[in-house]
Amino acid sequence: MLVQGILLGGLYSLFALGLSLMFGVMRLTNTAQGDFIVLGGFAAIAGVATFGLQPALSALLLLPIAFGAGYAMQRFVLNGTLGKDPLPSLVVTFGLSIVIQNGLLETFSADPRSLDTGGLNIQSVSIGGLSLGVLPLLIFAIAVLCTAGLQALFARTALGRAFRAVSDDREIAELMGLKAGHIYALATAIAFVLIAIAGVLQAMRTTVSPSDGPLLLLFAFEAVIIGGMGSFWGTFVGAMVLGLTQQIGFRVDPGWGLWAGHLMFLALLVVRPQGLFPKTRG
Amino acid sequence: MSIHSPPIDVQRGTRASRVALWISLAVLLGAASLPWWAPEESAPAWMREFVEIACYFIFAMMWNLLAGYGGMVSIGQQAYFGLGGYAMLMLGNLAGVNPFVAIPIAAIAAAAVAVPVSWVAFRLQGGYFAIGTWVIAEVFRLSFANMPIVGGGSGTSLTALRGIERSTRENLTYGLAVACTVAAIGLVYLFLRSKRGLALLAIRDNEMAAESQGVAVLRMKLAVYVVAAFGAGLAGALYFVGNLRISPNAAFNVNWTAFAIFMVVIGGIGRIEGPIVGALIFWALNKFFSDYGTWYLLGLGLLAIVVTINFKQGLWGWVQERWGLSLFPTRRHLHIKE
Repeated sequence: MLVQGILLGGLYSLFALGLSLMFGVMRLTNTAQGDFIVLGGFAAIAGVATFGLQPALSALLLLPIAFGAGYAMQRFVLNGTLGKDPLPSLVVTFGLSIVIQNGLLETFSADPRSLDTGGLNIQSVSIGGLSLGVLPLLIFAIAVLCTAGLQALFARTALGRAFRAVSDDREIAELMGLKAGHIYALATAIAFVLIAIAGVLQAMRTTVSPSDGPLLLLFAFEAVIIGGMGSFWGTFVGAMVLGLTQQIGFRVDPGWGLWAGHLMFLALLVVRPQGLFPKTRG
Repeated sequence: MSIHSPPIDVQRGTRASRVALWISLAVLLGAASLPWWAPEESAPAWMREFVEIACYFIFAMMWNLLAGYGGMVSIGQQAYFGLGGYAMLMLGNLAGVNPFVAIPIAAIAAAAVAVPVSWVAFRLQGGYFAIGTWVIAEVFRLSFANMPIVGGGSGTSLTALRGIERSTRENLTYGLAVACTVAAIGLVYLFLRSKRGLALLAIRDNEMAAESQGVAVLRMKLAVYVVAAFGAGLAGALYFVGNLRISPNAAFNVNWTAFAIFMVVIGGIGRIEGPIVGALIFWALNKFFSDYGTWYLLGLGLLAIVVTINFKQGLWGWVQERWGLSLFPTRRHLHIKE
């Protein structure tokens, strides 16, 4: 059960990385995060159902599309809402959340759907006497890869330096020749790729339905705050903690699983508001 | 030689605001006397409609106070709406209190809960405050969904009103809705015109500067948060007296806050006229388009996005900019007589 909780946490960390990235680079809280994840899942499903693509191909094709969509979204819509006042970006992403939910409801109806994995979701391997699902293990591995990749991108590459520069001081960074609008758009583009990966994996592991978004947003948010803002490994561990707490809660009483997760989050917020692994303060 | 300073006075009212006061009084008189002049057959439907829109409006007014004046953008105000509804229901069904009497008590209960909740919520700022309050609302929803005494996830009915005749109940609910609407506008208006309101505006404009001038920022924010919770609880209690049935998913639905955000943003945030104009627009849209279901909601979302990006001040902000019209002036204008 503990292992299951940790594996669930792997998925949650994928939900959370995009949120963490967008907030880290441009202090933008994407309240439509969960709905974009659901949209990603549905897009992959639509690729299979409408164009007859292989599920894996459909998922792979989705990634460049998500990159482009993220770039355009930030460049043409969200950049105009940034500023000291958090209200415009919150209202716009919240509006997007409502638009996506109802758009999906209109297109796909309220039924939950899933992405065909060709039996991958029922296969399992036995490790040290434990029988573990192949798919959850795969998801966990992808989560570790994405977290490590994102951390390396931030620490080692020129783009990562640019992200940190515009995050620390946009005006100085612009004086040094960075185009903040472009950098922001790249950050959102990467966040959207992560969101698409998360959506595809969620649709493979269980189901997606148009109204799932807000709950996924809350999970992602809790993982970010538990882990501490500004550190991707922190977010990763935060997601593990959340996954574990929920699993234990569900085991005690199915009605209280989510409640336990939320409550643990609030308790941690009181005891340790900076999160478990704070890297940046402010 | 003496320094001669021109005589000055501070103007707080405008001609428009005095006209507006008389018009509001006339509208109030008309609304309050509705049961006497409305045609017999349509009066109950009109009253029900008014009660519903009044709840939306009071809730939006409080969200405006919190976000537009207090700078605290919350997506979790439905916590207090639902809490107000459930507190009223429990007082009525379980403690035998008359539900109409229970409405203000429920609002006070919501305000009381807001104090400890703020200790948690205030740990977060900006966008994360918004989602954090949403988590808190979810905790309330799940808690009530797991309480068998109020029907758990499927909810329960307000049985305490059973003995009361239908027309009496409807008239009373309507009267209370009118009173609560006036009280909500009055409360916010007077609050903003008071010294505390001035402090609040100072915080909104620049928190650090306000703090350095001796404004107790944290205490002020707490006061606003508690007042907003009171108002949201009032709206919730009133709504479920009119609705007679409550369930966790209806009471703690994030749509309450979504509609409030819509009304405030469309009407104009940070001004009292905003939610009034927004509620009227929302009412009209709801009346003509709500049959379109998902398309209607999709349109509302799009409208909110477009207005936020292109008309940051909302509809009333535009009017105010263009004609300098202010019906509920909370600003002070320095007037130099020379």
